[in-house]
Amino acid sequence: MSLLEVKNVVSGYGGMEILHDVSIHVEEGEVVSIIGPNGAGKSTLMKTIFGLLKTWDGHVRFADEEITSVVPEQIVRKGMCYVPQVDNVFPSLTVQENLEMGGFIRDDDLGPRLNEIFELFPILKERRRTHVKTLSGGMRQMVALGRALMLDPRMLLLDEPSAGLAPIVVELIFERIRAINEQGVTFLIVEQNALKALENSSRGYVLVDGQNRLDGNGQELLADKQIGELFLGR
Amino acid sequence: MEALENLPATVGYGIVLGSILTLGAVGLTLIYGIVRFANFAHGDLMTLGAYVTMLFTAQIFPALGITDNRFGSLSFGWIFLLSFIPAILITGGVAVVFDRLVYKRLKDNRVGAVMLAISSLAAAFVIRSLIEILWGTDFHFYTQGLRPMMVLPLGVKLRPDQIFIIATALVLVFVLYIFLQRTKMGKALRAMADNPDLARVSGIPTERMTSLTWMIGGGMTATSGILLGLDSQLRPEMGWVLLLPLFASVILGGIGNPFGALVGAMTLGITQQVSTLFLSPAYKPAVAFFLLILILLVRPEGIFGGE
Amino acid sequence: MQEATNLDVDSSASPDMSVDEREPVLRVRGVQKSFGGLMAVNSVTLDISPGIITGLIGPNGAGKTTLFNLISGLYKSEAGTIHLKGERIDGLPPHEIFHKGISRTFQIARELKLMTVLENLMLVPMGQTGESLLLTWFRPRQVRKEEKEIKEKALEVLEFVNLIDLKNEYADSLSAGQKRLLELARTMMSDPQIILLDEPGAGVNPTLLKHLVGYLRQIVEDHGMTLFLIEHDMDLVMNTCDQVVVMNYGEILTEGPPEIIRRDPRVLEAYLGGQ
Repeated sequence: MSLLEVKNVVSGYGGMEILHDVSIHVEEGEVVSIIGPNGAGKSTLMKTIFGLLKTWDGHVRFADEEITSVVPEQIVRKGMCYVPQVDNVFPSLTVQENLEMGGFIRDDDLGPRLNEIFELFPILKERRRTHVKTLSGGMRQMVALGRALMLDPRMLLLDEPSAGLAPIVVELIFERIRAINEQGVTFLIVEQNALKALENSSRGYVLVDGQNRLDGNGQELLADKQIGELFLGR
Repeated sequence: MEALENLPATVGYGIVLGSILTLGAVGLTLIYGIVRFANFAHGDLMTLGAYVTMLFTAQIFPALGITDNRFGSLSFGWIFLLSFIPAILITGGVAVVFDRLVYKRLKDNRVGAVMLAISSLAAAFVIRSLIEILWGTDFHFYTQGLRPMMVLPLGVKLRPDQIFIIATALVLVFVLYIFLQRTKMGKALRAMADNPDLARVSGIPTERMTSLTWMIGGGMTATSGILLGLDSQLRPEMGWVLLLPLFASVILGGIGNPFGALVGAMTLGITQQVSTLFLSPAYKPAVAFFLLILILLVRPEGIFGGE
Repeated sequence: MQEATNLDVDSSASPDMSVDEREPVLRVRGVQKSFGGLMAVNSVTLDISPGIITGLIGPNGAGKTTLFNLISGLYKSEAGTIHLKGERIDGLPPHEIFHKGISRTFQIARELKLMTVLENLMLVPMGQTGESLLLTWFRPRQVRKEEKEIKEKALEVLEFVNLIDLKNEYADSLSAGQKRLLELARTMMSDPQIILLDEPGAGVNPTLLKHLVGYLRQIVEDHGMTLFLIEHDMDLVMNTCDQVVVMNYGEILTEGPPEIIRRDPRVLEAYLGGQ
């Protein structure tokens, strides 16, 4: 049984259908990437899984539980957290306060978990009392990740973690993702930077125009001749 | 010049006025910043707070046979203070009810910000009309009789009641500050003001937080109204006529910033009072208006703004 | 060799005529724009040939929209020059650039929502006599005459894009795809030298998209118009454009006809995230 099962999902915004029958699955412990050209519906898929968008048809199951119509506030309680692509921090709060907000629904003392997050991101520890709006893009992304990790999630959804970051920083972020994955967190990542994503994933899905087109092992996918057609047209 | 001799006393009174405005402005800025709502019923929430207090001090407590004595040279006793509680709870409650029954439904139907503001205008009229129906349109006072003036250093002349007003405003703003900066709930409110979607995504119960904001905002505003009634008199339009100065204070200090609201309100209060040294008091609203236009031209995000 | 002078008559926008042989409509030389520390457009040089459809592609953040904004005058270039038919236009305000003949659409259709489709089009031509309060009073006949002419033209354009049945509908009630057509129609009202289209296919359903592509080709082939478009829909670009320019990280990566571009490994790499 997969940790996350997305079956034949149809969804969109307002009157527009963006996803036309998309299916993916993620096994516990994996890092799975979703790549594809602009407008393919990658972010839409993520928001639909997390309940920010209504599923028009199809099912989403997480840890063997039906979460198709569950709202985000409840999904986080089940062990799935989400890092949006933009506006993924609280800019006028400090680093520590951002993390504390991530752990809002916990009833226990946040201290131990905060320390664990600071161990993962030592740079943040030095800056725990800094207001996030003064931090660089890379550090903000770390705060965004840290916030989502406060609830000890089983699975993290990341929407374009490399967006707007310099290549060295992208490398750092993905390295941290690997480290967190080794600690047992499963990842589903949507990425524009297909190369980076597939280099760091066990498997990938290529989404084009709201539909599954290709999937497979990370390296195989990159070498696949069809990728050119999918990204640059027939 | 006679005007200058009166300056300290005028500034002193400006601080009193500023203190009254502060609590209303803080409530307004909280609601604006966290719930993103320009509440045109805010002035009338002040009025509601003032009248509910009068209901308890002048009718309910005496009817229960409870009486008291005045504290020293203040014009009220502990019954007055006790009446703050129902006033705050009821006014806060009314604000929450309007949100749940009206504003939330309108928001769910995706009406624009203008429509929401107009609906709060409707709420303002409803509240004021109810007050007029229940208490009539005459003036009322919390207490009768002359109230003595104290002369303080620098020629500042204030009544003991007015010192109470200033103290109350400062204490409440301080308590709010501690709440927002040090408590989990307070931080969650600041988070919501910053990024409501992310707050939701983090699991923060945004609907409950919204109601909490209306409660706190309404409560602070009610207190503002009570202090206004204490300083002058109660009449149904008492809060409504302060709506412009309240908005001006909020914008002056930067929308969503409680400390800014304090600074804005004090600035406004002092400026308005000082203007009476060379302008007719009838121009006080014009002064508020003028300050508002000035800040919008020079620094629209407010003194402490930046959002 | 034919000399391309009057492009309305000369339908030489045919593929057998080499692209470089004619005077470019737009000459962009070394333009640059940065935001904060980031170079959104870094020393871009390109020529747009007349009478063809040129596509501008590239991954997100490559600088395509910024380049459009530089050409249409929304941004001022920090370096370099832009010439429209030999006349220098960089540094001019947008409305003057519009007047000189560059018309553009915006990514989010900015039709005036409370006016009808027809009214939206009639607003476009500049310097209408009826815009002056005084002249409306003192020159009523001229105002009426102008309005009649503009209305006729608007109706013609609406016929062309097949929106004529919706002429009295409020612009806001059109579908996304129809709004795109309205945007296109608006650009045709001013008889421009070149039309810039920002993602004309975005949000358009496949059927309407086919019509849209048809209109684009018609404008170019029958009226000799020059089109320059940004698009993410690769099928649209590859099947519609005569020339494709690829941007990445604020610079021009390469340009050429679609078949060549599609097979260029550097282009694929750019899209997959390489540098």
